[in-house]
Amino acid sequence: MTNAPSDVKYTNTHEWARIDEDQRVVVGISDYAQNALGDVVYVELPEIGIEVSASQEAGVVESVKAASDIYAPVSGSIVAANEELENAPELLNTDPYGDGWIFVIQPHDTGELNALLDAESYVEFCESEDEGH
Amino acid sequence: MKSEATIFERSRTNRAAGAQVPEAGSLADIPSRFLRESAPLLPEVSELQAIRHYTNLSHQNFAIDRNFYPLGSCTMKYNPRGTHRAASQPGFLNRHPLTPVGVSQGTLECLFELQEILTIVTGMDAVSLAPMAGAQGELAGLLMIRAYHQSRGDEDRDEIIVPTAAHGTNPATATMCGYKATEIRVGADGDVDLDHLRQLVGPKTAGIMLTNPSTCAVFERQIVEMSQIVHDAGGLLYYDGANLNAILGKVCPGDMGFDVLHLNLHKTFATPHGGGGPGAGPVAVNGRLVPFLPIPIVGQRNGQFEWFGEEEIPKTIGTLSAFMGNVGILIRALAYSMMLGRNGMNRVADFATLNANYLAMELERAGFKLAYPTRKATHEFLITLDEEAKQFGVRAMDFAKRLLDFDIHAPTTYFPLLVPECFLIEPTETETKEQLDEFVKAMMQIRAEAETDPRMLTEAPHHQFKKRLDEVKAARELDLVWKPDSD
Repeated sequence: MTNAPSDVKYTNTHEWARIDEDQRVVVGISDYAQNALGDVVYVELPEIGIEVSASQEAGVVESVKAASDIYAPVSGSIVAANEELENAPELLNTDPYGDGWIFVIQPHDTGELNALLDAESYVEFCESEDEGH
Repeated sequence: MKSEATIFERSRTNRAAGAQVPEAGSLADIPSRFLRESAPLLPEVSELQAIRHYTNLSHQNFAIDRNFYPLGSCTMKYNPRGTHRAASQPGFLNRHPLTPVGVSQGTLECLFELQEILTIVTGMDAVSLAPMAGAQGELAGLLMIRAYHQSRGDEDRDEIIVPTAAHGTNPATATMCGYKATEIRVGADGDVDLDHLRQLVGPKTAGIMLTNPSTCAVFERQIVEMSQIVHDAGGLLYYDGANLNAILGKVCPGDMGFDVLHLNLHKTFATPHGGGGPGAGPVAVNGRLVPFLPIPIVGQRNGQFEWFGEEEIPKTIGTLSAFMGNVGILIRALAYSMMLGRNGMNRVADFATLNANYLAMELERAGFKLAYPTRKATHEFLITLDEEAKQFGVRAMDFAKRLLDFDIHAPTTYFPLLVPECFLIEPTETETKEQLDEFVKAMMQIRAEAETDPRMLTEAPHHQFKKRLDEVKAARELDLVWKPDSD
């Protein structure tokens, strides 16, 4: 089944969010998402400094199959983006929860993370998505 | 197969097709700043070499004229030869775009008639043939929506709603026009989530873009209610005509409540398609948007056909091309419409949907899984190969590549993305039952191979002039321009 580590939270649009030691939120896409997208060929990163609100588009991932928006899991300002992905978009496939991180948000309210799914609920959500068809 | 040398690699200095070399004209009247400093890099080959090169390339084409082409949402239907013959008459072919209208009455009358036919078949009030492709039609449509709101001083509407499964051009067009595209959910039965729509609409809503039948290949049954919700909120409804084939002559977008739409003549009206065009994406509008139509439009004055431009349509969103779209394509669409007649248009929809439903049922009987089993197919339908992927480790793309070995063009894969491992299959009305049965047989054989010898799929195609291409490398290291020093 899909790999969903329990040290991150998930959105129902398949992003993950992890709070780091500086209380910032690191964001990427889940293993389920990278598997559904297939080989990622391009990642459009958000500009550093822009403000995003939760569920707002903050980037784009393009694979051989499709282009998909990446939504901010929480509100805040973008403080870092993974420039490695410009040369190595495949990191999203090979290490979605590690080197394949996409951007970092300085959140207005870390409490917003509580609204996201934990690993167990996320896996259930993915299974229900699969069964939808 | 033939050697794959490019025509540049065949080039030898000073070799030329003598008969084809144009007379050297004088460059005296071209300002020197526009003259290039070095000769352009052109291949130097003989006439026969050039002929062979392009003829061999043409043999590598996959074309509807050679094989079955069930590409969902793209309507790759047969282009009747009679329409080419009609449009290839010297009077049409040799007419310069700047020919005075007095001696262009035939061409203008054809365009006028096509405007009339498309107005009737869409149930709208007026048509402009100006847009040169579906995407340009979409742009024109949204520009008209914007012009409409602005003309009423309604400046705050900055959102266009699109379903999650929409054609990618819809949100792209909205963004291009300066709108924010907001997505509306699609329910498990393929219909749009009406409650979500009610939440989304409001004083910010400029409009909604819909395809009906939808990209989930089902008819959006709540369209009249949706139209009411959007109109009540002050927004307009845009109809993406990509899937008109299913309802041609049966249901008018105008009757569903749409305010503006584009047609893909290269889909529904059987003009040539693929290879980048030339396309045609006429727009049709109801009364409230007529003042904003793109120009030129063919009108009648004092018993003569004339180009109507800014003078007659002062609030127009403007021109979209140097002259008047792709006239040769428009003539073909008129010829096609006249060959069909009113009843023929009905039969297009009858047989497009009959063929799709037959194919869907046969595939289901053969054990394939329909994405929306409770819904009737429209002119196309979705199957999901998710089970096969889980069981045999082969994906929809592997099925697609293997189909090529059966001389069948792969259906649309992985669209819409919300259905996993999907094929969107559109046989069109011009295929025989035997051809559809062949397709089912090929799919069954491929699934049997998936079980016993999956490499037949994962390494396919085996019998084409190219083996499996590295799509990832092609996307990541795009390199399309030949350079003399490159290997």
